[in-house]
Amino acid sequence: MPAPEPAPNRPGRLVGADSEQATSSATSAAELQAGQFGNAAATTEPSPEPAQRRRRRKAGVLFYSCLAWLVLVVVVAITAPWLPIPGPDAIDIPNRQAPPFTAGHLLGTDGLGRDIASRLAYGARVSLIISIAAVVTGIVVGGTLGMVVGYFRGRIETVVMAAVDVILAFPALVLLLALVAFVGQSLTAITAVIAFVSIPFYARVARATTLAVSQREYVLAAGLLGARTRRILFREIMPNVILPVAAFGLIALGVVIVLEGSLAFLGLSVQAPAATWGSMIAEGRRYLDSDAHIALIPSVVMFLTVLSLNFVGDVLRSRFDVREANL
Amino acid sequence: MGGLIAKKLLTLIPVLLAVSLLTYLLLSLLPGDPALLVLGGGAASAEAIAAVRADLGLDQPLPVRYLAWLGDAVQGDLGMSYITRQEVTGAILERLPVTLELMGVSLVLALVVAVPLGVFSAYRSGGRFDRTVTGATFGLLALPNFIFALILIAAFSVGLGLFPATGWSRLSDGLGDNLRAVFLPALALSVSNIAVFTRLLRTDMIATLQEDHVLLARAKGLPTSRILFRHALRPSSFSLLTVAGLQVGTLLSGTVIIETIFALPGVGRLLFDAINSRDLLMVQGVVLLLAVTFVVVNFVVDVLYTFLDPRIRSGAARARA
Amino acid sequence: MTPIAAAGSASRPGGPEGGGPLLEVRDLHTLFDTPRGIVRAVDGVSIAVDRGRTLGIVGESGSGKTVLSRSVMNLLPKRAALPADGEILFEERDLRALTNKQMREYWGPQLAMVFQDPMTSLNPVVKIGRQITEALREHLDLGRKEAQVQAVDLLRSVGIPAPERRLAEYPHQLSGGMRQRVTIAIALSCSPKLLLADEPTTALDVTVQAQILDLLARQQQERHMSMVLVTHDLGVVANRTDEIAVMYAGQIVEKAPTRTLFRSMRHPYTEALMRSIPRIENPSHTRLDAIPGRPPDLAKLPVGCRFAPRCANAQPRCLEENPPLFTDDEPRHEFRCFFPVGTPAGDEARQRNARAGRTAAGIDMSTLTKASA
Repeated sequence: MPAPEPAPNRPGRLVGADSEQATSSATSAAELQAGQFGNAAATTEPSPEPAQRRRRRKAGVLFYSCLAWLVLVVVVAITAPWLPIPGPDAIDIPNRQAPPFTAGHLLGTDGLGRDIASRLAYGARVSLIISIAAVVTGIVVGGTLGMVVGYFRGRIETVVMAAVDVILAFPALVLLLALVAFVGQSLTAITAVIAFVSIPFYARVARATTLAVSQREYVLAAGLLGARTRRILFREIMPNVILPVAAFGLIALGVVIVLEGSLAFLGLSVQAPAATWGSMIAEGRRYLDSDAHIALIPSVVMFLTVLSLNFVGDVLRSRFDVREANL
Repeated sequence: MGGLIAKKLLTLIPVLLAVSLLTYLLLSLLPGDPALLVLGGGAASAEAIAAVRADLGLDQPLPVRYLAWLGDAVQGDLGMSYITRQEVTGAILERLPVTLELMGVSLVLALVVAVPLGVFSAYRSGGRFDRTVTGATFGLLALPNFIFALILIAAFSVGLGLFPATGWSRLSDGLGDNLRAVFLPALALSVSNIAVFTRLLRTDMIATLQEDHVLLARAKGLPTSRILFRHALRPSSFSLLTVAGLQVGTLLSGTVIIETIFALPGVGRLLFDAINSRDLLMVQGVVLLLAVTFVVVNFVVDVLYTFLDPRIRSGAARARA
Repeated sequence: MTPIAAAGSASRPGGPEGGGPLLEVRDLHTLFDTPRGIVRAVDGVSIAVDRGRTLGIVGESGSGKTVLSRSVMNLLPKRAALPADGEILFEERDLRALTNKQMREYWGPQLAMVFQDPMTSLNPVVKIGRQITEALREHLDLGRKEAQVQAVDLLRSVGIPAPERRLAEYPHQLSGGMRQRVTIAIALSCSPKLLLADEPTTALDVTVQAQILDLLARQQQERHMSMVLVTHDLGVVANRTDEIAVMYAGQIVEKAPTRTLFRSMRHPYTEALMRSIPRIENPSHTRLDAIPGRPPDLAKLPVGCRFAPRCANAQPRCLEENPPLFTDDEPRHEFRCFFPVGTPAGDEARQRNARAGRTAAGIDMSTLTKASA
């Protein structure tokens, strides 16, 4: 808040007449709102308070529902081998294409008679392993790269950022497809390739933040006090860079799940018969006219997971931004 | 103006060179010997392999191979597929119209849906319509295009029988059939663009609508539609253009999936087939084409932007003077 | 005192339609619901403007004068403001009862507005010609060519050189003063009966300010227009208005014919404003008197007089009771003060505070009397 001292006077004008920060924020806000055509800012929300509170509570419920869904997915993925479900590859011929709630098959079976619930659980493992590993690798490599070149600047920065720009010039999935085809379709290979494609994004964010942070006084001060470069990088700069980069992490998880799903859908992710959500959807295509649930259930699961990641990520990011603004 | 474009063109060349180099390097340094692929597996004799390598030019050092490939590529010759014995350039050109039409229709569809949604939800921001649209677009962002494609097929082809589920009709086979064939794939491809454009336009328009010049337009007694579409949409459409350019990357990626699902004979499908048959030169050629398209589209957007926004246009004129 | 004010007040009785004032605002309230509470931006304002006359509205930023002028224009989005009391009678018709669609008939040919900042009030991506002609074509049913001819005339009449060339230019190609001339041309295009000018010179260079004000005065006279001139600068309205209303914290605190106000102001706030006008007879570098403190938060208004916390005359009564508008022997002179300046009650109140060293609001008199000594 600005200190309540009288603003300097100007000839022929009222005190604070033309300096916005000298007026009370309330009144200038009201003047500003007078100019609104649409009614955007939350501050002018014309609806009475209860409606607003109800909406906020609804948003809170949504947030925790999303969080609960994500926890469920993670728990199921981890505990899949101990859950009372058939194996993901166990074939139950008499019960092929069984609808949901069939005895022994909670979510029904696919075209080969494999249990959908079980395949979803094991598919969640693939999705989670690939997405978490790829995002963490991307953040560590891309973040470090961006931080280092943002701090040292010079020729290395030019070279690295040029490389980053060139990688970004490729449509992501096209590059991914081309690489996966030739690198191979193991879990590690796919993770590595996705991480590689995502490095430029993290590098850009990390570099931009580093550029801003390294001009702050305490960082400059640390340099003047003779702190070692490594110490400045890891003690002063990294804590500031890691949050904005990590804030993208949750949303990036969603992006990676869709990318992996796309690969799997095209038959280019982890090889069959391993279950992945994308391959389940692809296999379910054949039964769209008779047994739509085979494609629908994994689709809904993937959609809800990505939606939850986006929503939780968005909420956390906006909370984080508020803290950033108050720094 | 011309000078400005020429200057920008000069910066385009190194980017294109770098893209071609990366395309070549990535696919050349990957494990696996193309010669083995040509010979169809492990059991070939060393002499046979060496012969094929010489035939493919693989015995040359990498820089030489790259320069030769680049030299040919600049002249429009992307080589001949090891696998199908087809000219890569010819195969691409034959399939390009399908992909271009698919992308074009998809972009138009996305704009036709997103512009009114974005404009009206900004106009009534905070209202029921706006909250519905904002919620719906948030959902669309989490909907992968292949899932959306299946929903469309289930609803409109399997369910209602309105559109073919797969296959393509050339424009020369009749406009109606052609449009029926392109509609569902284009709609499926536009899902993320609809969400991205709507949200961008809404945010941008909300800011524009609070500006004084919109208030002045109201104070002139102009009809609301004119204020929204003539006064507020124009400044907002510049950022829409930029983002549309960037979204071409998503579109290009999407064509691979969508053309595969709908069995369209386009470039995306060509890439998919080439990847499945480990057709290195074909993959190289298509990836190069797609990346170059992406770079060039964004270059064109950049230039268009300077043309369309009068503030930048005269700024450029001043900078040159 | 000045030719314009004198001519205005002496020679022109009502317009041809006769009868009451062109614009009469009665007990107008404009409230906004914000998370911090209800903001009373305009709180019971009554003003009237006769045909061909000029009313000045003076107040600090945050006094509600911009909201007032936009309320009068009926430009506030209906959903933004809470429903509240008051009437805005334009030719005896209540604008508040009109729909947006009906208002469109008024905006332009009846009411027009000039905004504060010409840098933002013109659309940056629409040519100047289009911005003028679209109003003409909307209201006067002109063809494209006719509208262009008229736009050229308008631009010439507001003193823009080479007007034909300007039509094809964009706002950023003009200087600030030229842009404000363009917005004035737009406002005048449909020959409005009432022109509201909201701080029309604040954003401009000092050298250009007088030119724009003179232009407005000249156009007003030529067109027999009524005008409301909103400003934070009492010096601006001194020579160019028939009547002045001083606003503070959403209310009119003093209203009088211009000459009366300058001769015998009654409200301590008006008095303080007067002192903040630089005077030629003073040596340059004389420290100008400021008003210490700041206006109250419009969402948390005090119980008593809204100016009491900054007032040298403040007495205990001022903290408990918001004064109503009083009148005295001068015709049309109203003020909202229990202890008016230049009256025995006011003088006594100030002396009492001076002796005590502080006002009833607890403000050290030395910070205030630097001003009143």
